[in-house]
Amino acid sequence: MTLKVAVVSPTQKVWSGEASFISARTTEGDLGVLPGHAPLFGVLVDGAVSIKVADGTTQEFNVHGGFLSVSNDRVSILTESAG
Amino acid sequence: MGAQLRVYRRRMRSVKATKKITKAMELISASRIVKAQQRVAASTPYANELTRAVSAVATYSSTNHPLTTESENPRRAAVLIISADRGMAGAYSNNAIKEGEQLAALLKSRGLETASYLVGRKAVNYYRFRNREIAGSWSGFSDTPTYENAKEVADALLTAFLADSNEGKVGVDEIHIIFTEFRSMITQEAQAKRMLPLEVVESSTPVPTGLLPMYEFEPNAGEVLNALLPRYIEARIFNAMLQSAASEHAARRRAMKSATDNADELIKSLTRRANAARQAEITQEISEIVGGADALASASAGSE
Repeated sequence: MTLKVAVVSPTQKVWSGEASFISARTTEGDLGVLPGHAPLFGVLVDGAVSIKVADGTTQEFNVHGGFLSVSNDRVSILTESAG
Repeated sequence: MGAQLRVYRRRMRSVKATKKITKAMELISASRIVKAQQRVAASTPYANELTRAVSAVATYSSTNHPLTTESENPRRAAVLIISADRGMAGAYSNNAIKEGEQLAALLKSRGLETASYLVGRKAVNYYRFRNREIAGSWSGFSDTPTYENAKEVADALLTAFLADSNEGKVGVDEIHIIFTEFRSMITQEAQAKRMLPLEVVESSTPVPTGLLPMYEFEPNAGEVLNALLPRYIEARIFNAMLQSAASEHAARRRAMKSATDNADELIKSLTRRANAARQAEITQEISEIVGGADALASASAGSE
């Protein structure tokens, strides 16, 4: 089981692919998402989002605010700027 | 060369020069439409996700947010008009401005004052020329709007919306937006839509949301809505600006195409007339020479 992840900014789709684990920091604290997670909608704070890609590598994005939404193993990270 | 012919030739030269310019502008616009369309497409995933999220929050939480609740007795409404910075785009800007006038009339009949927020030099000039009050104006980016531009506009509108309209001339109770929807290369239509208070799911192309999941909200639904709604407004304004930019290029391309066609036709008819004038000149010269030779011949014949 993998997560379908999309990192999108207002101007473009920054990254998309399959991942096995995601860690991000919301206003409440650090949060990890594994496949099978319950539907969740969180507000992100400035910081790093790290995505463990299905092939074993790790992708890191510095997000500047934004949202994380999880539903049915589909994760969208909406951010105004990601780098 | 006769005077008539010279005038025709001069006009042809000038029409040809104009045609070169309009042709160039047509080609430039044509290439920019594609880019503008790509930008619209690139911004769609973000906008769709936000719309989905807003619908989900609005559906599953009963939080009363100032951005979703209607004022009981609205007094002022903001109208945001997105027009072009430059002309040469046919009726593009005029259509948006006209739509704005209609909306203003409609709002007036409901007893609301309007505050005008304008994007694009054309709308600004229109309002300034008529000495109307402008609540806010931005220009210089109608070709290629960036997200920062949209943010700036959204910030001003949200500040006005959140200010209390009963306390003075700063606040507004409703926000309407007028932009030109890009349907296809040949169809673009100026549209008026209410942006705030929010009518969730008002886009003409419904986002395929499927069944909305029961989200858990972190930290809570109210906070999420607080953070989400301004972004949603920004994304919608950004999308409206991008669509308007694409429409502007399409309108300009069409206007320049018909200008080029007209120039072609003008050149054709001028060439005909110039040829006729040249022929008339030649005929006249020949008849003058023949007449002169005749006169000479008859004169010398008479003297012998």
